[in-house]
Amino acid sequence: MDSFLIITSLLKIVGILFVVILPMVSYAVYAERKVSAAIQDRLGPNRVGPAGLFQPIADMLKLLLKEDFTPRTANTFYYWLAPCLAVMPAIITIAVVPFGSTLLGVPMVIADVNIGILFVFAIASLGVYGIVLAGWASNSKYPFLGGIRSSSQMISYELSLGLAVIPVFLLVGSLRLTSVVQYQIEHGWFIAPFVGDWLNPWKWLLAVPMIISFVVFVIAIFAETNRLPFDLPEAEQELAGGYHTEYSSMKFALFFLGEYAAMITGSAIIATLFFGGWHFPGIPDGSHGWIFGLINIAVFFAKVAALIFVFMWVRWTLPRFRYDQLMRLGWLFFFEIALVNIFIVAAILAYLPNK
Amino acid sequence: MSPFLFWFFALMMLVFGIAVVVNRNPVASALSLVVSFLGLAALFVSLDAYFIGIIQVLVYAGAVMVLFLFIIMLLGLRAEARRQINWLASAGAIAVALALVLQIFYVVGHFKSAGQRFPPLARPMTDDVRNIGALLFSNYNLPFQIIGVLVLVATIGVILLSRREPR
Amino acid sequence: MAITVPRPKLNWRERMYLPAIVAGLAITIKHFKNMLLGRTKVTMQYPEEKWDSSLPDHYRGAPALVRDEDGRVRCVACQLCEFICPPRAIKIIPDEIPSTDRFAKVEKYPEEFDIDMIRCIFCGMCEEVCPEQAIFLRKDYAITGFTRADMIHDKEKLLEIGGVIHGVILKWNEKK
Repeated sequence: MDSFLIITSLLKIVGILFVVILPMVSYAVYAERKVSAAIQDRLGPNRVGPAGLFQPIADMLKLLLKEDFTPRTANTFYYWLAPCLAVMPAIITIAVVPFGSTLLGVPMVIADVNIGILFVFAIASLGVYGIVLAGWASNSKYPFLGGIRSSSQMISYELSLGLAVIPVFLLVGSLRLTSVVQYQIEHGWFIAPFVGDWLNPWKWLLAVPMIISFVVFVIAIFAETNRLPFDLPEAEQELAGGYHTEYSSMKFALFFLGEYAAMITGSAIIATLFFGGWHFPGIPDGSHGWIFGLINIAVFFAKVAALIFVFMWVRWTLPRFRYDQLMRLGWLFFFEIALVNIFIVAAILAYLPNK
Repeated sequence: MSPFLFWFFALMMLVFGIAVVVNRNPVASALSLVVSFLGLAALFVSLDAYFIGIIQVLVYAGAVMVLFLFIIMLLGLRAEARRQINWLASAGAIAVALALVLQIFYVVGHFKSAGQRFPPLARPMTDDVRNIGALLFSNYNLPFQIIGVLVLVATIGVILLSRREPR
Repeated sequence: MAITVPRPKLNWRERMYLPAIVAGLAITIKHFKNMLLGRTKVTMQYPEEKWDSSLPDHYRGAPALVRDEDGRVRCVACQLCEFICPPRAIKIIPDEIPSTDRFAKVEKYPEEFDIDMIRCIFCGMCEEVCPEQAIFLRKDYAITGFTRADMIHDKEKLLEIGGVIHGVILKWNEKK
């Protein structure tokens, strides 16, 4: 391995993690509070700094200074392991997501593996261990129920998550996420494949299964990241915080961090798969100068931010599903819809002229 | 692949594989098995078999073991941790395992090309996902279809078993 | 008796849920948009903005002793307020006014006058019972302190809050 690759990879990892993801996580918490406040006709945090902008820093300080409490009956080793397992998958997943075109000739993706999306699903599926372990190791009723719910929920929604994106990869012909972005640059974003090719009825026909696929995928991502219509493992009202009831201080903060990091990763994947990744019509890629490389990165994170807003918007609109409703929805509707959708796309691809 | 990484992951697999058996706590056993699976996945990835490696994580670590954990937790096997060890059964199990290891050593020792070094594999031109797909639908199409039917039968069986009795 | 709540029959459009979800999202985004455009009326930002200027005249805030235009403390230490006070927050130690004083005929004045603001319930009975128009409920409502001792308003503090009152009957003044 040449040292250039190692150095650029390290720079990308450090840059993306400490300059983008972690500040984004802490400000996602701030944004969540602000958005929820605006939706509920309140002002939200506005005491720390101008418009409350230093609130995340204050929160962090507060959480650091809180007593780190371990219940006497908890299984200490797993109790400590769980918060780490909750954060890790969300952050590792970002490794395969292309967050920009190229910057000074360096591709802006940490690991461009040929199984990109499978890597994402595999690592995301490990996220459940943090929650299940937290629920089990706390040795308490509510966290335990949260853990049980989480494991069954994740398994039900992983299937529709995987099936929903298959149409995308049927079209692209590769699981590599950079190829997905490249395909969308050439043929229009998957959310609206007819853009730029308005008169092609084939593209319009394709838009229908693509939108179904998008909706199913987004809903499954909601379930996978434990966001509100499906936040059964936490469920403040019924489970008193669910799997993190017994956690305090930084261990609790890690769960919080993990949830928001998962949300950011989820948004990044939705942006990559359906919204053209870093591509925006009219903006050339990074080979035309470093400034365009930076703009591409900015475009990508703007899309991610917009999707995070959608996550919050939905959270503060919809009530929580009941447990049996959630399972029914996952197994009886989304699974079937996603499955049929694959056949529709396959049929379109088989019987209609390509391009 | 660097030998250090191979030994690291191989050792990880072995240690956690033993931990699965030795641990008295079912949850700890299940988690050890997950780590063992991750080691196996890493070994696959190090052989450029990304697809197999990641499917290992996705299916076994991500889905199967979560179901296992789910069931272990639902059943609440606390009593298991306090149960007396049946030394006779343990000795039998160890004997069987040892016999298997000896057998493997014997077979590998008599395998003609075991001693020689193999040339390193050429990197494939296309994705391994594409290769696997092409093979599944050409050379191995019949076994693939048969497995499909088998899985279908199993699914129908599960539905029949879990169906509520009509009132 | 167990009652089975009849569930409404949903038509296919309602069972899709999606129209209802979209309608809900539209409502929340409308609130969000109005907030961003500054059309939403929001809560008063308390420490910066206060009700003080718009408090009604009959507002019952902290009880306080008042002086009249001549600067005399109007309280004559009759202790009626001490007796009426439901939570017994008031403690008065009366003393005699020396005969050389201009208001010697009043005879008594409060040597000490403490109101324990931890006990006070802002009921206003002291104001009602006072025959001298000496104690009033003023508009101070944010009574704070770091210790219990801080929360006991002594005579100086009460007079400071009360200030001077105009237009009350000056029955102890000499007739012109």
